[in-house]
Amino acid sequence: MQLNINGAMQQVDVEPDTPLLWVLRDTLGMTGTKYGCGLAQCGACTVLVDGVATRTCVTPVEAVEGSEITTIEAIGNDPVGRKVVEAWVDNQVPQCGYCQSGQVMAATSLLKETPNPTEEDIAAAMTNLCRCGTYNAISAAVRQAAEA
Amino acid sequence: MKHSVEAARPLNLSRRGFLAGTGALVLSVSVPMGSARVQAQQATPAAAGTRIEAFLEILPDSTVKFRSAFVEGGQGIYTAMAQIVGEELDVEPANFHVETAPPGPDYLLIGGQMRFTGGSMSVRTSYDAMRKLGASARAMLLEAAAAELSVPVSELTTEPGKVVHAASGRSLAYGDLAEAASALPVPETVELKAREDFRYIGKPEKRVDVLAKSTGKAQYAIDLKVDGMLYAAVQHAGRLGQKPVSLTNEAEVAAMPGVHSLHKLKGAVAVVADSWWRARRAVETLEVEWAEAGEGTPFVMPADYSTAAHMEKLKTTEGEGLAFESEGDAAAALASATRKVSAVYDAPPLVHGQLEPPSALARWNGDGTLELWLPNQAPEMFQADAAKIAGVTPDKVIIHSPMLGGFFGRHFLYAAASPYPQAIALSKAVGKPVKVLWSREEEFLRDAQRPMGVARFEAALDDAGQPVALSAVTVGEGPIGRWFGRQPDKVDSSTVEGIAGKPYAIANRRVGNILVEDPMVIGFWRSVGHSMNDFFYETFFDEMADAGEQDPFELRMKLLEASPRHNTLLQAVGDLSGGWKRGPFEAEDGSRRARGVAMASPFGSEVATIAEVSLEDGEVVVHDVWVAIDPGSIVNPAIIESQVNSAVALGLSSALLEGVTYVDGMPEARNYDLYPILSPERMPKVHVTIVESGAPMGGIGEPGLPGVPPAVVNAVAALTGTRIRSLPLSKHDLTAKG
Repeated sequence: MQLNINGAMQQVDVEPDTPLLWVLRDTLGMTGTKYGCGLAQCGACTVLVDGVATRTCVTPVEAVEGSEITTIEAIGNDPVGRKVVEAWVDNQVPQCGYCQSGQVMAATSLLKETPNPTEEDIAAAMTNLCRCGTYNAISAAVRQAAEA
Repeated sequence: MKHSVEAARPLNLSRRGFLAGTGALVLSVSVPMGSARVQAQQATPAAAGTRIEAFLEILPDSTVKFRSAFVEGGQGIYTAMAQIVGEELDVEPANFHVETAPPGPDYLLIGGQMRFTGGSMSVRTSYDAMRKLGASARAMLLEAAAAELSVPVSELTTEPGKVVHAASGRSLAYGDLAEAASALPVPETVELKAREDFRYIGKPEKRVDVLAKSTGKAQYAIDLKVDGMLYAAVQHAGRLGQKPVSLTNEAEVAAMPGVHSLHKLKGAVAVVADSWWRARRAVETLEVEWAEAGEGTPFVMPADYSTAAHMEKLKTTEGEGLAFESEGDAAAALASATRKVSAVYDAPPLVHGQLEPPSALARWNGDGTLELWLPNQAPEMFQADAAKIAGVTPDKVIIHSPMLGGFFGRHFLYAAASPYPQAIALSKAVGKPVKVLWSREEEFLRDAQRPMGVARFEAALDDAGQPVALSAVTVGEGPIGRWFGRQPDKVDSSTVEGIAGKPYAIANRRVGNILVEDPMVIGFWRSVGHSMNDFFYETFFDEMADAGEQDPFELRMKLLEASPRHNTLLQAVGDLSGGWKRGPFEAEDGSRRARGVAMASPFGSEVATIAEVSLEDGEVVVHDVWVAIDPGSIVNPAIIESQVNSAVALGLSSALLEGVTYVDGMPEARNYDLYPILSPERMPKVHVTIVESGAPMGGIGEPGLPGVPPAVVNAVAALTGTRIRSLPLSKHDLTAKG
C-alpha cells in the first residue's frame, strides 16, 4: 500500500484495516503522533488528512490511501503550522506535552480552514483532552496564532 | 544577605572523568571525604548532591548537560533545575540539556536517603544542594581562568557562560575552561548569591522542554525503540490474582499476521509480534481460561467486590478509630454542647488517567545486564524490584527514566500496576528486546487508584455560633500505609491529611481514622489524602458556618486571626476575586451565580481558593477559580501559575465528573468514554496570585488541587441551598435547584 505522508510516498505492508496511528508509529517510526485511548476520545493521535484534523487511532489505513497526510514531524513545513508552534512556545502551553502534538495539529487544521476563528469556532475545533489542564493556554495560543 | 556554606573537601585531585561517546569533558572532581581515617578506607561515598561530576557536564560549546535527580512529567522540574543550578553557575537556563539521572547514591536528595519524584518535594528538597553544586562548579571555573590568565581570582567575574577579566577586557568561555577546572579541588566553602542578585531564580523563565513538546520531538517511554525489538500486548485477568490456565484458540492466534509467540504470564497473557497493533489484535482474540487465586495470594480482587458495597461498609463501620490529632477535649465539649452539627461525606476511587499509557522496554545485554526504559517516579525503587524479578543484583539493572506523559502519582511502585515485569519475562523468553505497551483498557484495569474515602464530622458551636469543638473520623485505607509499611498503633497520615493539620482556632479537636482495608490496589493520586480530605473538611466548615449563621469567609478570617500567614492569604484571594461575595447574585450575562471559598495546607504550602459557579440544565458550570498560593519562596512564577492551572483542572475534574465503579470485581469503565475527564469546554478561567511569605519552601505540583472541590461545592450550596456530601457532582440531579 502506498501512503503520501508529509509529501513523500511510503510503501507499507500492513493489513488494510490497521489504524493509521500504528502505521505511523510502528511501521514508519514516526512517534510524534501519540496513542492515548484508541477510541477517538482524547485526540492525542490527531494528524491532518487532506488538511483536516483526523483521529488516526480509528482511521483504517486503507481509508487514507491517496490522501495527503501531514503529521507533527512536518509541522514546520506548513506556514500555518509554524505560526501555531510559535504561539505554543510563546504561551508556554505544554506541561507533560503528551497530548500537544495532537493539539497543535487540531489548531493547525482549524486555522487553515478558519483563519479568523470566533471563540465558538475555537471551542468546536479544540476538543482534544489534556490531563494536565493546559486548556486556557491552548485557547490563548490559538487566538495568538490566528492574529499572527 | 550573603552567606558561606560548607562544601566538600577533596581527597584526590587527579581524578578526571570522560563520558564515553560525547567527546565532551566532564567537569569532574574528586570524592569528598571527611577525615584521614575515612580516606584510608577509600569506600565512603560522597554525600548525595555533592559530587559535581554526577550532575554536571560542561560541553565544549559552554552549554551544560545536567542530570536531574527528578523526573520530568509536566511539572517543570527540568526547568527549575536549570534555573537553580544556572543561577549559581552563571549559565542561562536555556543552555541546559537536562535528563533524568540513573539510579545512584548521588541522587538521593530527599533527606539524603531517598529519591522519588512526588510529594511536591523536588525543588524544596534539593534547592540548597543544587545551588551549592552550581556555585562550586563556578568557583572552579574561576580558579581555572585565573591560572590561564595569570591574574588573581579576585579580579575575575562571570557572565552567563564565561569568565570575564574586566581590567583587561579578556574573557574565557566555560567550554574552554572545563578541562582545567575539572582538575581543581572542589572549594571548601562557596558563597551563594544574594537573593537581590538573582538573575533566574524567581523569574518566569521559559521552560526548557516546550519547543520539543510542541513539535512532537519529546520522547516518552512509549516512543522508544532499540535494534531487534519486538512488541508485546497483554490481556490481564479480569480480577487481580486470577491465573491463566489454558489458551483455547492458541493455534488460531499463533497463525495471525506478524505474531511471534504467545505467553502465559503472572495474571496475564501476552502476544509478542512485529508491531504493537498486530500483538494487540492477537492478544484480544485469545480465549483464555482463568483460574481463581490460590489461598494466601496477596492482592486478590474478590469476585463479589463492588464499590457500592465497599462504600456502604465504610459508612457503616462505627467507632472513633485511632486518634491522629487531639487538642483540648472534643468529646467533652461535644457532650455538653447545645448547638451541634454533624455530617458524613464520601468520595469515590479515581484513576490517574495520564494520557500516556504505561509501557516498558526491556533488553538483556551480552554482559549480563538488564536494561529497562520505563516510566517511573523512583528509579532506585524500580531498579531494586526489577533486580528481584530478574534474579540479578541491582547493579546489573540499568534504568532509563524518560519524560512522563503525565503522572500524578501513577508511576510509583505498586503491585501489578506496571508492565516492566512482563517486559523482563518476555524479553528473556524470546531472547530479544521487547516493548510491552498496555492499551488504555488494560491500564484502567490495573491502575493503582486513589482510594475511596468516608469522613464523619461532628462539631459543637457556642452561643455566638462559633465552632468550639470538632471531631472527625475518616474510614478507609491510605497509600502510605499500604506501600510504606503500616504500624498497627499509628494512623497512616495519608488517611487524615487535610482534616488534621488545619490552622483554624477551634479549641477542642480530635481527628482519627478507622482502618478498613481496601481490596483495590490503591495508590498516590495528585495531592493524595488532601485530594478528598480537604473537600470533606472545608465543606463541613461551611456547614458549621451556616449552622452558626456566620458568613463562611468571615468565619475563616475570625478563626485565623492568630495566624498572619493564613489571614494574609485569605485576604489575598478575596482581593484577587474583587472582594468576597458569596451570592447568589446575577452575573453580567444574566446567569445566577454564587461563590465558595476553601483553604488548604498541603505539602508545605498554603492555599486559598474561591470558585464561582452557575447551573446550566441542572449541571454545575464553574466560571472562574481564584487561587492565592503561598509556597514560602519560589523559583519560577510562570511554572507555578501553570501548575495551579493544572491542579485546578484535575481537582475540578474529580469534583465534577470522576469516580471509579466496580461491579463483580470488575471496573465498569475501561476508557475515557465511560470515565469522562475534564474537557476543554468545562475549563474555568484561572486567576493566580503568589504570596511569598518567606516561610520554609513548600511544594507546587499538588497544592493547587485540594481547595478546588470544596470551593466549588460550597459555591453550589450557596447557589442551590443543597449540600452535596458525595462526589462527583455529576451524579446529583440539580435540575430543580437553579
